Amino acid sequence: MAREDTFREAREHLQGLSDAELEARFWELAQRCVDPLVELARTHTSPSIERSVLMRMGVDSPTATAIVAECETRGLLGHGAGHVVLVAMRAWDADAVSAARRLADGDGWDLIEAAWGDVR
Amino acid sequence: MSERQTHAPGCDADRPYPADDVSADPRFGRPLADPPLDPCVKLDVESLLEGLEHYRPRRRGWIWRTLVPEQRHYEFTYHETAEPLARSVPLPAAHYFEDIDPQPDCVITTEIASGRPEDDIRRMRMAAWHGADHIMVIRTAGQSHMDGLLEGTPEGVGGIAITRKQLRLSRRALDLIEDEVGRPINFHSYVSGVAGPEMAVLFAEEGVNGAHQDPQYNVLYRNINMYRSFVDAAVAKHVMAAAGILQIDGAHNANATAVKAWKVMPELLVQHAINCAYSEAVGMPADHIALSTVPPDAAPAPCMRMDLPYAIALRDLFGRYKMRAQQNTRYMESDGRDATVSHVMNLLISRLTSADIQSTITPDEGRNVPWHYNNVAAVDTAKQSLVGMDGLREMVKVDREAPELKGRVREIKERAVLFLEAMLEDGGYFAGVEKAYFVDSGEYPETNDDGIGRDSGGGVAAGSIVPRADDYLAPVCHHFGENHLELLAGFGAAVPGEEAVVADAAALDSDRASRGARPCDVIGSCTLCDDAKVPFIDELDPTDNAATRLTQTAELRERGLIKPEVEWAGDGVVVVTMFLPAAEAVAEAAALELGAAMNLADCEVIHKRVMHPAEGTLLELKGRLEVTIDPATLVIPEPPDVLSDEEIREFVHERELRCVAATVGNDEHSVGMREIIDIKHGGLEKWGFAVTYLGTSVPIEKVLDAAIEHAASVVLISTIITHAEVHREMMRKLADLAEEKGVRRKLLLISGGTQVTDEIARESGMDAGFGRRTKGLDVASFVVKTMRARGM
Repeated sequence: MAREDTFREAREHLQGLSDAELEARFWELAQRCVDPLVELARTHTSPSIERSVLMRMGVDSPTATAIVAECETRGLLGHGAGHVVLVAMRAWDADAVSAARRLADGDGWDLIEAAWGDVR
Repeated sequence: MSERQTHAPGCDADRPYPADDVSADPRFGRPLADPPLDPCVKLDVESLLEGLEHYRPRRRGWIWRTLVPEQRHYEFTYHETAEPLARSVPLPAAHYFEDIDPQPDCVITTEIASGRPEDDIRRMRMAAWHGADHIMVIRTAGQSHMDGLLEGTPEGVGGIAITRKQLRLSRRALDLIEDEVGRPINFHSYVSGVAGPEMAVLFAEEGVNGAHQDPQYNVLYRNINMYRSFVDAAVAKHVMAAAGILQIDGAHNANATAVKAWKVMPELLVQHAINCAYSEAVGMPADHIALSTVPPDAAPAPCMRMDLPYAIALRDLFGRYKMRAQQNTRYMESDGRDATVSHVMNLLISRLTSADIQSTITPDEGRNVPWHYNNVAAVDTAKQSLVGMDGLREMVKVDREAPELKGRVREIKERAVLFLEAMLEDGGYFAGVEKAYFVDSGEYPETNDDGIGRDSGGGVAAGSIVPRADDYLAPVCHHFGENHLELLAGFGAAVPGEEAVVADAAALDSDRASRGARPCDVIGSCTLCDDAKVPFIDELDPTDNAATRLTQTAELRERGLIKPEVEWAGDGVVVVTMFLPAAEAVAEAAALELGAAMNLADCEVIHKRVMHPAEGTLLELKGRLEVTIDPATLVIPEPPDVLSDEEIREFVHERELRCVAATVGNDEHSVGMREIIDIKHGGLEKWGFAVTYLGTSVPIEKVLDAAIEHAASVVLISTIITHAEVHREMMRKLADLAEEKGVRRKLLLISGGTQVTDEIARESGMDAGFGRRTKGLDVASFVVKTMRARGM
């Protein structure tokens, strides 16, 4: 919706604020804008986030891509792709990189599914 | 499940990632022991591509310049400069000032975008020698939409494919380059797009020092789903913070995109605030957050008066953050001169306010992907302007009480507050984006209904975020958000997801932290704690890679052949500047024909400027020249061989040498001649020559008469090169007249001038000619040596 410049009328409530008060108001409003965004981020994850977790576990990018894609398909992403690899590590008594490689090759998903049951 | 923790216990803020000194930290590998660069030898690109699987960065984190208060260079004292470089190319006029190269206080950025890593690194070296210490590598078109990482060294378009191998090659070369110039260089690229968190980890692992990260950029300009962008950004920023990576936001894009850039100032403040507040909330320290800020306007608008209040309002509100002053691109055309003037005005705003990083835009960015010599031009523009305005703000202060300035600063802030108020009332940030609050051409609260609106359920990667489950677990360090590490206590016994393993989560966290436990202990170590765990993939594409491309230019390097280039080794591109006495359209067509006649392939007019609608047009024509030169076939003049001061002085005193000097023809220039003769410039007088300077526009006859009258042995004439070859006539006339009067053999006839060459002078009957950068010593040495040889 197009609107004429209503600055003069719209600013009336700001007129009485000192510069410092105006700046404080600016930052208070900005904080209110980002609070729900931070909360969203805190409680959600994404394929890229999960691949970044696997990278930090020493897994290379094609392997991470394959595992995260499989986690998405199986509805497991919300548990964490790193968590999935951890389950495989424990089951196979393997390190993160080799467990990840086997998962990427299609091994072990039955045991992953079994760990969480039918989450879909 | 506990919801209180926003980051993993026992790491993050209390376990800072090693930033500066890696030598003290055994977790990080050492860089390869490459031999230092020789300033006289080109980078060995092939060798740098070898063994990258073993390369590890030698440090993490951002480095500022080291400021030196009251620094002396030559006869000057500087107030705003940093430590000098060990090796550099100084500004063109520096030879008047003992070749000093003062370095301004701000970090100077150059944007590298050749599309090929093997060419990027050569350009980085050139830019560093001119004063760039922030090398920003532009990404290839489309990488921001790739959901995942690329590997290897594929060729990019308008930028480069950012990959682990490309980062290692660049950082390895930058290690060598920073040692060569003697100042740390910050390496920078983009943690935006769909794969932000992965990019952040990659950058942390590979020692990238700075990065753009701003989820609003994804949303507004890349149409990436807004939820995905913000969720990803939190993790990316948190990892960046851990690695000490300096963040630059993306707000300047609003200015570059808006229909009327001067109307988006309130919104720019809002965009900066959202990214700053969000970054701090997810764990980034304020001193690692930089605002990317651009003076929004350009002449013919009265841009300084419009942009200064904005720059001040911004610095008032964002004083706790760093300022990365970017240059205006919104109004950039193909004219390099025009762009440079705009940039200098932008630099004046930086100097009148503040800048921590001074970014540069190549003056050719308005017409093509930046060429390497334009990287250098832009860096030189910044260095020249900043040094030239050194300490200016101590004398020239912004008058904060000037009514227009004061009113406007306040107004911009109030408009930004109104923007935020309305957006919150409308449902918050996401609702604001859906309602196209941003990049509207109206100055808020005015709107023109032409902003960028995005659907929260749409965009690239829509629907790809998922809630973290009650047993969400990421067994790695520096991870943002809910992370149920308490599950790890019972790991190995319990079934994942079973809540029974959790005893007292809070007590467990505090216990882990007190023991120095890390989230990654369960996997041994993560890559951020143990550098040896970082994997390496070489090439995935057998043909689209640096090694294959290099074979195409191997002959140039092996045989040392010379071929012009602007972007890539061996591209053969040259530019011809021409004035054609024709109207614009005709001139353009004619230029293309002329290019073909010059044997140039793929000709393209890259700039034209009307001088007069009928009288003519200036054009710059680009074309490819498929010619190589073998330097072995070249005859290169030997550099003049100069004598010692004592030797010259003795010779001059013995013979009481006299010299007559004049600027001849209709020429009023005397500076060059003064440089050669005056004692204060180290001219001929220094060794005892008795010099008679006759002045400017002196007729040749008078010069010769004076030489005879003063019994001079040396005649110096200064002349400018003219279209009508007047310079040759002048020289010829002097030689002929000397012959006629029978004094030719008693005289050394020498001509000089900025464009005079020894060859031209000798052809015209002179004994020698001296051009630009000649010093008194060169002329004195020539005189002594020639007189000796001729027994004069």
